[in-house]
Amino acid sequence: MERFILFTVNGLAFGAIYASVALALVIIWRATRVLNFAQGAQAVASAYVAWVVTDLTGSYWLGLAAALVSGLLLGALVQLTVFRRAESMPPLNAVIVGVGLLIFIEAVLGMIFSIEHTRTIDAAFGSTKLRIADTPLVSPQDLFVIGSVLAVMVAIGWLMTKTPVGLRMRAAAFAPDTARLMGVRVPRMLTLGWALAGFAGALAAMLVLPTSAELVPQAMDGVFVLGFTAAVVGGLDSPVGAVVGGIVSGLVLSYTSGYLSSDLLYPATLVLLIAVLLVKPEGLFSSVQARRV
Amino acid sequence: MSVLRNSTLLRHLLVTASFALVLFLAVYLVDDFSVNQVSTLAVYLCVCFGLTVLIGGNGQISLGHAALMAVGAYTMAKFLPSYADEFGQVSVGVVLAGLLLAIVVTTAVGAVIGLAAARLRGPYLAGATLALGVAVPGVTTYFHDTFNGEQGLPVASPVVPESMASAGWSIDRLVALIAVGCAVVVLFLVANLKRSGFGRHLAAVRDHEIAAQLCGLSVPREQVKAFALSAATAGLGGGVLGLVLQGANPHSFGLVLSLTVLGAVVIGGLGSLRGALWGSLIVVLLSRVLSELEVNDNAPAAAYGLLLMIVMLAAPGGIQGLVARLGGHLPRRSPQPQGGN
Repeated sequence: MERFILFTVNGLAFGAIYASVALALVIIWRATRVLNFAQGAQAVASAYVAWVVTDLTGSYWLGLAAALVSGLLLGALVQLTVFRRAESMPPLNAVIVGVGLLIFIEAVLGMIFSIEHTRTIDAAFGSTKLRIADTPLVSPQDLFVIGSVLAVMVAIGWLMTKTPVGLRMRAAAFAPDTARLMGVRVPRMLTLGWALAGFAGALAAMLVLPTSAELVPQAMDGVFVLGFTAAVVGGLDSPVGAVVGGIVSGLVLSYTSGYLSSDLLYPATLVLLIAVLLVKPEGLFSSVQARRV
Repeated sequence: MSVLRNSTLLRHLLVTASFALVLFLAVYLVDDFSVNQVSTLAVYLCVCFGLTVLIGGNGQISLGHAALMAVGAYTMAKFLPSYADEFGQVSVGVVLAGLLLAIVVTTAVGAVIGLAAARLRGPYLAGATLALGVAVPGVTTYFHDTFNGEQGLPVASPVVPESMASAGWSIDRLVALIAVGCAVVVLFLVANLKRSGFGRHLAAVRDHEIAAQLCGLSVPREQVKAFALSAATAGLGGGVLGLVLQGANPHSFGLVLSLTVLGAVVIGGLGSLRGALWGSLIVVLLSRVLSELEVNDNAPAAAYGLLLMIVMLAAPGGIQGLVARLGGHLPRRSPQPQGGN
């Protein structure tokens, strides 16, 4: 029972992180039909900004803030420079551009930050589990992870559904031509979407990196795959699906790696991903879409 | 001349023969330090010839080709030791048999993956193959007894035959010779396959799935065939890379390798075998030149990344597309999703 609780809590915490990556992918996918393969690399870049700021000021919170702001800016920058042209191209071209950007960002990070130094991103809170009735239950860090992802999800959901900006963003995503005729500045809305995605990705990086041994440019490659899986499980079109997909894949993978072996994390991810893609390719929460001719 | 124009086979034979001549001269003439780079080039060529048919010729994509290369390398690592002599070396014949086995095993694995891939499109396929590539280290550690985890397995070296040894051939040079031989064979076979009914079926499926179906082609079957073909060449390339590195381990067959071969075919020009040649040359030369300049270990990767984006955004036909345009040839097919001819 103790193990079950441990795996469940871990699964929820990691699921929240995957959900955050998935949300980033879904925001961009909905708006532009591009799957941003550089999302993980962008998030690592934000984490490096956090490391620099924390190193200079000694404050974790300033570092976190810097990461989130740089995530926003980098997301916008990437859309303005690279993806604005790629959006209108066939899907494979956009995938390859994303891969190019992924290689480029990781290489540039490797050039700036030599590997002779060991860098880490610290956790905001301790990871000692609080005990309730003598059962270790949940650590403050777990609560922080789940809480901050939830807060960001709610904020983004509120922005999208309850504000004029959100309405314009949704209009730009679903009916760009009509939106343009109604006076919406479509390109600007798309840039804003990419910026929000960068924000969600940066948050995921700041939450997941404390669990890995070291901050290296490739640190998010695996997390990107997990986030992609979460997004596919939920349906690439649905922000709610991203959250549910994150939690579902977090739990499934936590149980597999907990009860079987932690080596099986990525193999199990592959199996989960392929299973969902073959059985229900549109995901759990997406409306069925006929294949375009 | 008209014989040449009319016989594709003859033309391909001539081109392959000149290609072979250049590569064999390279193996013969380069210094001991560079001979490994010739082998690496040949490995990239093997893999890229297949990958370019998959991406440019059939419109599928793979971000996890290194996983298939790993299958080839691990097959070699498992097969060779039973035939090793007391120094742990094997004869050239056994190495060639091992490479054949690597092709067979990888083709089978590729066909299974292709069955799943045939149901996926664009970004979904890209993500799924990426997940495949990322899963390799986990599999090797979980089945530690079979694959020896992170450490990996050694791949036995071939024995240099007497006659060559007396002429001063090193093991590295012999491996380069084998590698180059493989690249030549792959080029000849793939070039002919591309121009045959097989290749045209793949192109038909790439260009318009529904039209291809109406012509009586089974879209999934053609896609599985394309995946199996690219897996076969990747398995061969991986087996040879195992020989070059004298080992198979998850790190050497990681995401970096997958993305590098993808970069090579894109930069060279998708769908074109000459493009695959340009791309592989660029990847090998770029890392050689930049490492001699001692800029930074990451400089070659930064350069590929940048090139990859520039090529896709500005010249989707890649180098071969530019060459064709300079030569005044218009692309023979209308520009397809993945770019040129």
